[in-house]
Amino acid sequence: MYQIVEKKVLNEQVKLFRVKAPHVAKKAKPGQFIVLRVTDDGERIPLTIADYDRKEGTITIIFQEVGATTAALGLLNEGEYIHDFAGPLGLPSELEGIKKACVIGGGLGCAIAYPQAKALHEMGAKVDIIAGFRTKDIIILEDEMKAACENLIVCTDDGSNGRKNLVTNELEALLQAGEQYDVVIAIGPLVMMKFVCLTTKKYNVKTIVSMNPIMVDGTGMCGGCRLTVGGETKFACVDGPDFDGHLVDFDETIRRSKMYKKFEQEAMERHRCNLEEVIKNA
Amino acid sequence: MPNMSPNKCPMPEQDPNVRNKNFKEVALGYTEEQAVEEAQRCLNCKARPCIAGCPVNVQIPDFIQLIANRDFSGAAKKIKQTNSLPAVCGRVCPQESQCESKCVRGRKGEPVAIGRLERFAADWSMANEKPESAKIEKNGHKVAVVGAGPSGLTCAGDLANLGYDVTVFEAFHKAGGVLVYGIPEFRLPKAIVQREIDTLSDKGVKFELNYIVGKTGSIDELMNDDGFEAVYVGSGAGLPSFMNIPGENLNGVLSANEFLTRINLMKAYLPNNPTPVMVPKRAAIVGGGNVAMDAARCAKRIGAEEVYILYRRSEEEMPARNEEIHHAKEEGIIFRLLTAPTKILGDENGWVKGVECVEMELGEPDASGRRRPVVKQGSEYTIDLDCVIMSIGTSPNPLIRSTTPDLETNRKGCIVADEATGQTSKAGVFAGGDAVTGAATVILAMGAGKAAAAAIDKYIKSK
Repeated sequence: MYQIVEKKVLNEQVKLFRVKAPHVAKKAKPGQFIVLRVTDDGERIPLTIADYDRKEGTITIIFQEVGATTAALGLLNEGEYIHDFAGPLGLPSELEGIKKACVIGGGLGCAIAYPQAKALHEMGAKVDIIAGFRTKDIIILEDEMKAACENLIVCTDDGSNGRKNLVTNELEALLQAGEQYDVVIAIGPLVMMKFVCLTTKKYNVKTIVSMNPIMVDGTGMCGGCRLTVGGETKFACVDGPDFDGHLVDFDETIRRSKMYKKFEQEAMERHRCNLEEVIKNA
Repeated sequence: MPNMSPNKCPMPEQDPNVRNKNFKEVALGYTEEQAVEEAQRCLNCKARPCIAGCPVNVQIPDFIQLIANRDFSGAAKKIKQTNSLPAVCGRVCPQESQCESKCVRGRKGEPVAIGRLERFAADWSMANEKPESAKIEKNGHKVAVVGAGPSGLTCAGDLANLGYDVTVFEAFHKAGGVLVYGIPEFRLPKAIVQREIDTLSDKGVKFELNYIVGKTGSIDELMNDDGFEAVYVGSGAGLPSFMNIPGENLNGVLSANEFLTRINLMKAYLPNNPTPVMVPKRAAIVGGGNVAMDAARCAKRIGAEEVYILYRRSEEEMPARNEEIHHAKEEGIIFRLLTAPTKILGDENGWVKGVECVEMELGEPDASGRRRPVVKQGSEYTIDLDCVIMSIGTSPNPLIRSTTPDLETNRKGCIVADEATGQTSKAGVFAGGDAVTGAATVILAMGAGKAAAAAIDKYIKSK
C-alpha cells in the first residue's frame, strides 16, 4: 500500500498527488511512468511521473478524472492509500546536450511537459513553453511553468484567457520569427502532437513526443501499447514512451486509442442495467 | 487384485454446453471411490518408469498405493516431499508426454490417470487438513527470487525449507506468474494458486510485489546493496511474438497475453469489473499450444459466437495437452488445421473484418523434429472475423538482461544457464524456467527451480 502524503486540486478535474513510494522514487527519471491500481479489484492504469523526491521517497502524479478508475483515484484523500504503485517504467527522456528547446503542453499534458521544461531549465538550456488549454478555468501550473522558462505562452481554444490560439499556430509564429530550437518536445492529446509534428517537419526541427497508449502491465508483456514508428512496431512501455514524433504513425495510434471505448461503454451500460434491476427489486 | 480395466476411470466434468458459458472449473475431480478405483489400476511394477517421466521426481507408485489403501493424507504428504505445487501440477502438467507416457498400463489401453490422482490427493489434503506449520530453523542467509511464477515459487519453497530467508520479487500486483495471468480459472482455480502461495508465506517466504527487477532495482543492487547472497531468476518468457503479417496493428488484433491477462489476472469476465476486454463476435486464435486453447475457450465463454483455432500443422503436432484440445472441441471451438494466416483485413475504420489464410501441407521434418508445413499453392481463402488473437509464442523479457551486463544470454534472448544447476555466467546468479528455455511448461520450470534451489544451497554453504 502506498500512502498519499499530499493532495492538491489543480482544477475541477485535475488533481495532483504526492505518493510515498521509496523504491520508485529511488530510480525515477524524467519521462518515465508508473502503473497503479486504486483498489484490490481495480484496473491497472499508467500515469507519467510528474516529479520525484528521492530524499522524501515520493513520486508526484497529476491526473485528470476521465473514467471510473481516475474518478475513484480522485476521491482518495491525503493520508489514504493507493493499493498498488509500480515503477519506474519506460525509458527516461534523453535531455543531454539540449541547448535550446521549445516545450509544448496541451491540457493535462502540461503536467508532464512542465517537469521536462524544469529539468532542461535547471541544466542551463534556454526554454520556451507553449501551453494550450480549452478554456481559462482549467489552466494548471502557470506559475510553475513561468519559473521554468524564458518565455511562457499560454493560449486557450476559446480565448477566455485573452489569447485565443492553437499551440501549433504559436509554434509556427516562433519558428517563422527565426527561433532556432535543438528540439521541440510536445506532450498532450494525440491530435495536438500530430499537428505539432506536421508543423516542425516543415522547419525540419527534431520533435520528441511522449506516448501514453493503452497498456496492461507496462513491462512489455501485453503488447497492447504497440505503435508504428518509422515503419517498425514498437512497444510504448519498453521502447518509449518518448519517440521521434516525425516517425510516429499518429493516425494508427489515434485509432488504436479507441480500441476499448465500445467495450467500456457496453460494460457501463450493463452495469447501469444491473443497478436498475437491483433498485427495481429493492 | 489390481483393477484391469483398460480405460481410466472417467473424470466427472461440467457439461460442455453449460461450461462454455461460465468460468467454473471444467474437470470436477475424482470422488474418494473413483480415486481408489483408479489407483487400483496401478500394477506397482518394479521398474517404476513413470518416475523417470516426472521433472520433479514425484514417487508416483508410492503415492498411488497410499490412495489405493485409502491413506489420502499419506498420499498427499508423499507427493509434497518432492512437489511443492501438487494441486497445480495435477491440473496443468502434460502428463501424456511425461509420467503417463511411460506407464506400462499404457501399452494396452490407457495409462494410469496419474495426473488426476495427484490432483485428488492434493485437493483432499487442502479440503481436509490444516497446513502444517513446521518450525524451520533459519540459517541467516538471504536469497532473492525474481518472478513469482511456478519456477520461482518452487525455488523459494525449497530454499525456505532449508532455512533460507527468501524474498520473491514480482512485477505484477499479484504472485503466481502464468498461473494467475495466463491459465484461466476454469482450468486452474485461482483460490488453489493462492493456497499454494499462502503455504509459502507461512514458511516465511516474503513477497515484494510491484517490484520490477531491471527497473525498480537491478540484480547488482539486490546483491550489493540489499545483502542477497544469491539470486534465482525465474522471470519467465513474457514478451509476446507477433507474425509480422500485414494488418497486425488493426483494432481487434491482440496478443493472447493481453487477452488472457485482462480476463484472468484482471478478472474482466466478472460483471462490474473496471478492466475492459474485447468481446468478439467471431474470433480466430492463431497457434496450437495450451495458451491458444485457453484464449479460444475464454473467447467463447465471454460471449463470442464463433471461435476458430488456426494452426499451420496438423493436430498430431499441436503442443497443447490432449485434454485441452478435447475440451476445446467439445465446447464448440472450430479447428482449422494446416491453415496459416497471411494477412489480416480491416474495414474502413481500421477494425478487423477478416483474415486471409492459406492451406498448408506437411513436408520433411524440421529442426524441431516435426514435419515442416509448406504452403499449398492457390489455396488462399478468407474467414470473416472481428478479432484475431496471436498465440504463437513468447520470448524472455529483455528488462533483466539489459540491466545485468555480465549475465550471458543467447541469440533468442534466453539466459544461458547450466542445465543441472541453473548456474549462469554471473557468480551467485542462477536461472531457470522459461527465462532460460524459452516458452515451455509449468512442470519443467518447477524442475529447474528445484534444481537451482539445491545448487544455491551448495553455493552458499561452500562460500
